[in-house]
Amino acid sequence: MISERAMETLIRLCGFSTILFIFAIFFFVFREGSGFLFTGFRPLEFFFSPQWYPTSQSNVRYGALALIAGTAGVTVMSMMFAVPFGLGAAIFLSEFCGPRVRETLKVTIELLAAIPSVVWGFIGLTIMNSLIIQIFGAPIGLTVLNGGLILALMSVPIIVSVGEDALKAVPDSYREAAMALGATRWQMVWRVLLPAARNGLLAAVLLGVGRAIGETMAVLMATGHAVRIPVSPLDPVRTLTATIAAELGEAPVHSEHYQVLFLIGILLFTITFAVNLIADLVVKGVRGQS
Amino acid sequence: MKTLLPNLAPLLVVLFCLGCCACLRKSMETASGASIQNSGSDTMVNVAQAWAEEYARIEPGNSVEVSGGGSGTGIAALINGTVDIVNSSRKMEAGERIKAKQSRGIDPKEFIVGYDALAVYVHRANPLDEITLDQIGDIYREHGAVQRWSHLGVSIPGCKDGEIILVSRQSNSGTYHYFREAVVGKKSDFKLGSLDLHGSKDVVELIGRTPCAIGYSGMGYATHEVKMLRVARKQGDPAFPPRPETTLTRQYPIARPLYLYTAGEPPPHVRKYLDWILSPAGQKIVTESGYVALPQSSVEK
Repeated sequence: MISERAMETLIRLCGFSTILFIFAIFFFVFREGSGFLFTGFRPLEFFFSPQWYPTSQSNVRYGALALIAGTAGVTVMSMMFAVPFGLGAAIFLSEFCGPRVRETLKVTIELLAAIPSVVWGFIGLTIMNSLIIQIFGAPIGLTVLNGGLILALMSVPIIVSVGEDALKAVPDSYREAAMALGATRWQMVWRVLLPAARNGLLAAVLLGVGRAIGETMAVLMATGHAVRIPVSPLDPVRTLTATIAAELGEAPVHSEHYQVLFLIGILLFTITFAVNLIADLVVKGVRGQS
Repeated sequence: MKTLLPNLAPLLVVLFCLGCCACLRKSMETASGASIQNSGSDTMVNVAQAWAEEYARIEPGNSVEVSGGGSGTGIAALINGTVDIVNSSRKMEAGERIKAKQSRGIDPKEFIVGYDALAVYVHRANPLDEITLDQIGDIYREHGAVQRWSHLGVSIPGCKDGEIILVSRQSNSGTYHYFREAVVGKKSDFKLGSLDLHGSKDVVELIGRTPCAIGYSGMGYATHEVKMLRVARKQGDPAFPPRPETTLTRQYPIARPLYLYTAGEPPPHVRKYLDWILSPAGQKIVTESGYVALPQSSVEK
């Protein structure tokens, strides 16, 4: 018999420890990377130069522009596929399909989420590679498009789950009122439900974006890991996350290269934080308007 | 105060636990005679695994744990003290030796255990057969002039675009470092935009699927889908294919020794393993793995 006090204390511990772990992680990453921030960091070069040569013997350059462009390109491409499909699936699951189809589809989509990311990377490296070469006649299939498709498939389950919950949370009275006014099913969805569930749907999309920005293994294998600014979806790229994964092992601890990689980690942290902050503000703003 | 302490207690417990974890220093000591940690070059990982398996067969009770990660990763691990033997497909750099001296006071000891020829691979359908070191340099070097297959005078069936797709390795790879030293030039850097793959095998597999591609990898990784170019030192010189004979005579220009490094003089059980590798039994495995064994006349002390 566990006492009430003990349970309360345990739950409080869990709550505090979450905050503590986030701060601890941020503190650790910042401590490892900040040395370089104060000695020799050139922000213009870091943010605006595409020349990434951390192990050069003659001319060391830490230009992360191509890496940032790679992350942005792959994320945008994946959202272009994931958002329509994900939200569409969520609307279908919530409004248009019968209970048995719904259960089957939910299980299938959850299975999609359970596939490990390295398996997705392998699929991108072999199957998608050949498909893209055949369909588009591209010289190589390890491209932004490949990475984007794989990331879309990884993000869709999250968007569908959270989006469907958001739509379910809209009270039935809205639906009944719309039907009573003579709206068709689609009109009800488009003009009543979507605006009402805006916050939740935005949260779903942003969770998907977060997943896409942070994904490492799949993009490492599927995008070709090439340092260049993509000009078309059929160009190979390299993302920030893949750079850290590929290079941290060989960078001697506390060397300049090591610190720059942690700086990239800080950059990723900041990007995710900014995305979440904007989402929060938009959601608050939306709530304020309605 | 009455309500503060119960609220503070869980926080203090969590802080204490985190503090303990931060203070723990794990010291890596190899178990005496039982297990040898061996990591490093991806080029050498197959032959290292073959050595480990054969050694476990003839000396049961000793286990050698092999992993890859790249020569650079292995050397960093040696500096950090987490491995006994490092495989490296490139010579350890002066800067790394200094770092080893500074951080752990060790003087890494070098052993040459074989030779490897770095082959230049192209797709089987590529009509090109020979190439010079300068041409490869111009293809791979930053600001190098050669960017399309037409600059080399070839047109490949299946490669409509004509742009040369560079396949390279990631910067933790000894193969990458050696190629930079031997072909690109230490004073220059690689061209940006090459596809930087993780392992020696990946390079050959990708080239086998991509008619427009060119890449470099160990000669032991050849498959039927690719072809190895003959390389000449200069325009007008004879071009040699990468083979054991041309590697030992240094006729093939891109040949390199394969190294093993230990942190200073190795302990007896590690020394025994190293001596076995340098013996005819160990060298037989080197040849079977597609590399070139040490010539019988030179045996490292």
